[in-house]
Amino acid sequence: MTMPTIRVQTDDFDLRSEIDLLTAGRMDIGAVVSFCGLCRDEQGALSALELEHYPGMAEAEMNRIALLAIDRFSLLGLTAIHRYGKIAPGANIVLVIAVASHRQAAFDGANFVMDFLKTSAPFWKKEHAADGSPRSWVDAKDADDTARDRWR
Amino acid sequence: MTKLVYFAWVRERIGKTEEDLDLPPEVVTARDLLNHLKTLGEEYENALQYPEVIRVAIDQEHVEHFEKIAGAREIGIFPPMTGG
Repeated sequence: MTMPTIRVQTDDFDLRSEIDLLTAGRMDIGAVVSFCGLCRDEQGALSALELEHYPGMAEAEMNRIALLAIDRFSLLGLTAIHRYGKIAPGANIVLVIAVASHRQAAFDGANFVMDFLKTSAPFWKKEHAADGSPRSWVDAKDADDTARDRWR
Repeated sequence: MTKLVYFAWVRERIGKTEEDLDLPPEVVTARDLLNHLKTLGEEYENALQYPEVIRVAIDQEHVEHFEKIAGAREIGIFPPMTGG
């Protein structure tokens, strides 16, 4: 059984080194798909996003989603990293890498993990305005629920 | 005593990160708990004004509002998630 790598951290991550960790010494992997989510400034309106999480449950929920994806798409490896704390526009927020024998499983695996992560991993985004003052909590989107439900 | 933990705007509106509460016996389900908390003061009323959107986790696992909370060590109460 493939075990996922799950991390919740304040530090940035490096896409290249995370891919290398998954593929080093492996001759059976034919596909690597990565998704990296970045902080937008919303046309200059935002100075930062502040990410809050539920320690313990965030890791547990990401691990549960990762195991579902590994089983469903026969993934050969999966890494999911989510940052928390204050994140500046242009900086990384989340990383998902799925590796498999063939491309479709790797694409689907990464997509599935992101769709479920957005709707069920306990993270919340708060916007900080360009002048530095806290703005408001980001609202959950119905489109994210729809994206998740297509996997049923 | 049951440990309650709050996150995001639920935490901000209640004004607490966590607290230990003695829950009355008529509080059976997650929905009962939200309705009970709403009676504890204006800040709770404000945080839980629309209980149908609030998410509940028991011992760090999501539950539906109809589920029972008996035996819970820690109950998380928070808005819909917006990570990723």
